[in-house]
Amino acid sequence: MDLGQINPVLLVASLMVAATPLLLAAIGELVVEKAGVLNLGVEGMMIVGAISGFAISVETGSPWLGFVAAAIGGAVLSLLFVLLTQFALANQVASGLALTLFGLGFSALMGQSYVGVKPPSMGDIYIPLISDIPVIGPILFRHDPILYLGIALTAVVWAALKYTRVGLILRAVGENHDAAHALGYKVIKIRIMAILFGGACAGLGGAYISLIRVPQWTEGMTAGVGWIALALVVFASWKPWRVLLGAYLFGGITVLQLNLQAAGVAIPVEYLAMSPYLITILVLVILSADKSSAPASLGRTFHASH
Amino acid sequence: MIVLEKRPQPSRAWSYATPLVAVLATMVFGGLLFAILGKNPVQAIGTIFWEPLFGEFAFYYRPQLLVKGAPLVLIAIGLSLGFRAGIWNIGAEGQYIMGAIFGAGAGLAFYPLDAWYIFPIMVVAGAFGGWLWATIPALLKVRFGTNEILVSLMLVYVAEQMLASVSLGLLKNPEGFGFPGSRNLQSYESAHNAELIAGSGMHWGVVAAFIAVIFAYVLLNRHMLGFHIRLTGEAPRAAKFAGVNPARLILFCLGISGALAGLAGMFEVSGPSGQISIDFNVGYGFTAIIVAFLGRLHPVGILLAGGLMALTYIGGEIAQSQLGLPAAAIQVFQGMLLFFLLAFDLLTNFRIRAARSEVA
Amino acid sequence: MTIPLLSLQGLTKAYPGVVANDQVSFDIGEGEVHALLGENGAGKSTLVKMIYGLVKPDSGTMKLRGNPFAPPEPRAARADGIAMVFQHFSLFDALNVAENIALGMENPPPMGDLASRIREVSETYGLPLDPFRTVGDLSAGERQRVEIIRCLLQDPKLLIMDEPTSVLTPQEVDILFETLNKLRSEGTSILYISHKLEEIRTLCDHATILRLGKNVGECVPAETSARDMAEMMVGSTLQTPERSGRELGEVALDVSGLSVPSPSEFGTALRNVHMTVRKGEVLGIGGVAGNGQDELLGVLSGEIPTSADAIKFKGQAIGKLGPTARRKLGVLTAPEERLGHAAAPDMSLTENALLTGSVREGLEKNGFLKWTETRSFAEKIIEAFDVRTPGPENAARSLSGGNLQKFVIGREVLQNPDVLVVNQPTWGVDAAAAASIRQAILDLAAKGTAVVCISQDLDELMEISDSFAALNEGRLSAPRPTTGLTVDEIGLMMGGAHGMEVAHV
Repeated sequence: MDLGQINPVLLVASLMVAATPLLLAAIGELVVEKAGVLNLGVEGMMIVGAISGFAISVETGSPWLGFVAAAIGGAVLSLLFVLLTQFALANQVASGLALTLFGLGFSALMGQSYVGVKPPSMGDIYIPLISDIPVIGPILFRHDPILYLGIALTAVVWAALKYTRVGLILRAVGENHDAAHALGYKVIKIRIMAILFGGACAGLGGAYISLIRVPQWTEGMTAGVGWIALALVVFASWKPWRVLLGAYLFGGITVLQLNLQAAGVAIPVEYLAMSPYLITILVLVILSADKSSAPASLGRTFHASH
Repeated sequence: MIVLEKRPQPSRAWSYATPLVAVLATMVFGGLLFAILGKNPVQAIGTIFWEPLFGEFAFYYRPQLLVKGAPLVLIAIGLSLGFRAGIWNIGAEGQYIMGAIFGAGAGLAFYPLDAWYIFPIMVVAGAFGGWLWATIPALLKVRFGTNEILVSLMLVYVAEQMLASVSLGLLKNPEGFGFPGSRNLQSYESAHNAELIAGSGMHWGVVAAFIAVIFAYVLLNRHMLGFHIRLTGEAPRAAKFAGVNPARLILFCLGISGALAGLAGMFEVSGPSGQISIDFNVGYGFTAIIVAFLGRLHPVGILLAGGLMALTYIGGEIAQSQLGLPAAAIQVFQGMLLFFLLAFDLLTNFRIRAARSEVA
Repeated sequence: MTIPLLSLQGLTKAYPGVVANDQVSFDIGEGEVHALLGENGAGKSTLVKMIYGLVKPDSGTMKLRGNPFAPPEPRAARADGIAMVFQHFSLFDALNVAENIALGMENPPPMGDLASRIREVSETYGLPLDPFRTVGDLSAGERQRVEIIRCLLQDPKLLIMDEPTSVLTPQEVDILFETLNKLRSEGTSILYISHKLEEIRTLCDHATILRLGKNVGECVPAETSARDMAEMMVGSTLQTPERSGRELGEVALDVSGLSVPSPSEFGTALRNVHMTVRKGEVLGIGGVAGNGQDELLGVLSGEIPTSADAIKFKGQAIGKLGPTARRKLGVLTAPEERLGHAAAPDMSLTENALLTGSVREGLEKNGFLKWTETRSFAEKIIEAFDVRTPGPENAARSLSGGNLQKFVIGREVLQNPDVLVVNQPTWGVDAAAAASIRQAILDLAAKGTAVVCISQDLDELMEISDSFAALNEGRLSAPRPTTGLTVDEIGLMMGGAHGMEVAHV
């Protein structure tokens, strides 16, 4: 065992990479839940995004097109959720599960010929001088563009929810859909937009795993990240910056346990591997006492009868 | 312009018809999917639904229906009780694994002793393992209000790591030449869940599944506890008003679904599968969710749905070997089934009618 | 002849099985306060929803100042100067006052400007309001102010008010009427929906009366007696419940020093509640909605546990007992919310009879259910309380509000309770059903049951209760005999005018 092998600078840099899929998926789900919809299909949308992005970037050679395809893939899958919950008025929990089960199968089917293929690399941003600053450079200024997109998205979602009219309407729909309807807002339409946004974000998060983090395609490779993203939204009390914080915290745990595995710590690999899940449970327990910030209409079906 | 109009009360006819309509729609769209994959859709659907029952090798496949169907029904019955009450245990896969580990562990602890009581002890241990794993989210929900969906699911991943750990360590076969995996229980007679009638596929797990169906039926239709479960799902506030203790209901529903999933895992590991290994679990815990919904959370419905789902598993395997249909296509096929079921369920509670144009 | 502000011609709207509005026509003049009078279910709400663009008429036309008017959505109605204050407030608890108001406006100014305009308008009309308070923490009266100010900020030509006084104390009603009179003097027309006749006589210039969706008459309220209006509204002469003189027995229910936090976030905690109810007594508990009524019912039903001694039934401490144990003793309750609390909407009436009847009616044995007996119990309720339904196998939600209310009250009454607690027993119920429910409560009291009736309908409480107390912010005033109580005294017991200290010191 040699803990000296763990380089703190690389650790922090890779923590940010590990956190990005979580961040992307969770920030999307946050918007969905703010609109009063609980989509448990994050895992399914992520894995579909992962394979869509992977396939398109392998076929076109462009990781950028891959990410675009991943966002579209995630959004298209979430469209099924829209059909079930907003038009067929099905139970949101069951529909979300259906989305995940279907997404896992569908991605496995699409990905058959991509196992073992290497995707084109996106390359990291390099800004002369700034990226060379010791410690700060590698941590802050030498990542791929999508990682920065994740952070930017957090800022945009935060600002939009807090300061814009669209954000206000979205929150209003999530708080009390009957009242929003009575004021003449199109509850279903707003929710559909939110769900599609959430799907696109989850798709991006999935593609980040298959194109940058790993990067290759294996069946079921999201391995519960989508579910952790759901937990993260609760952890963050539906606040964007706390999602970022939470994602980095979980990213840190993941990276740390991987580093400990590599360093050959005397804890069996399996116990290290289960630690992120156990810590998720622990965090849920600590934070579930405070439910006050949950949108009041979360998970409730809306049907304008009169 | 189409409008939905809530029925004054749920339609009985549609509640029976929706699963059938969903199956038909899945056949059509599944066929379409197979056609896109370059297979003959009629042949593929035929292979999946016909071959296992009436094909040339039906004598081999029919028993397999029981073998595959039993764990699905056993788990789905447990899940359906919780689902009815709005308690979402989606970690049955983990409880299934823990049941298998506890069951196999209990049996192997006696190795090589020969005694009649070993198998019953394994049954109890298996149920206990599953119960224990499901009681974690139950206790956390009752005590801290933690979301049981997320916790039970997280515990699936933990259980999978446990499975890997015991396959490589605690339960590893000492005579296994260093390969991961436990001793094979099929060759340890006292611990073997053997077929009750050779060649029938009938083992103790199948018996347990039938008992569970009857138990659930009586519970839901004739017993106060079952009434309280349904009431909690329909109207939680009314349930509290009626005197239901939500905490006890959560502990009961999650506990019983865990115990049944644990039993399923235990019967599987001591019978058809035979040993604890890293890839012991094949997703029954998740497929059972589809079975529960497809059976409309009704015990008899679940029995039928479990049979149908077992059919798609076996038919899928045949289609895989005969037509080269990818295994994942069957997974998609099963997912579609759940989709269509949820979508058509609309017709049970709503009437669809064409409305006059909006411009009055 | 001057052109009316809004003219309705033959408006008709049908829903499956019911014609909500049938050829309704009337005019609202400029600067007129026009009353729309009718019972629950007469079609008032549907009519105003058509004016506000939430519902489209099947046939008929509307004209605004002589021009055709058919708003496709509320936004369009608002743009044409129509504003509406809803009966069940269309507010968002977790958002603050300014955000709520911004949501009801087409082009709200930036938050800072909006806040100062809110202050300005609220002072002009004597409706003090802090723009940055969270709406969930406001009293019912203050919440209504949010809605009114939201409307006023848009300079409406027509202000629609749906049952505005049902959530106000008498003092708050006075303040509201001052505001409305000020608006009228500035030329704003008001469509005032109510079933309270005295209010209409005080405030309104004209009245249109709806019955079963039809326009059945018009009158000038100031020149028409309340009794005549009532008969037009109901279509027949009403029976007032009979109260037979009776002796009050020993104390059946004794609540002392009861304090509990509310289980819900924006609920009201009960603070040091004291009351005693004797056998044969009807204690009426008034108060504006949201002052602890739900919590009080929950505490008495056993849904919210308290310290054992806080509630005593015939001397026995029952504060820690759950609903089932209390039913066994004879303490029964009927909550306000019919669908989802008193009854499970999708379950049959038989199953709903089992919901509270299992213990006292012996509908189970060792946990196993006796469906035959349960069905007969349901049939007994249906028959005894004239519940209109094809049979006990029908789902609770298939019943009309009045019929379901008769069922849930009947279910408790038929179990011969020693103590019966009801919350809003006639809320949203037509006059005939309301009268029969009140009669049933009085009959029960005459047989020696101690009754607690929580209601926001003061007329109802004056009619049936022997003593009266009011809930105000979770505190219960000391009960006083009903006879001889004046409206002013009642108003003060209910807390006077909430949050008006700034304006009326």
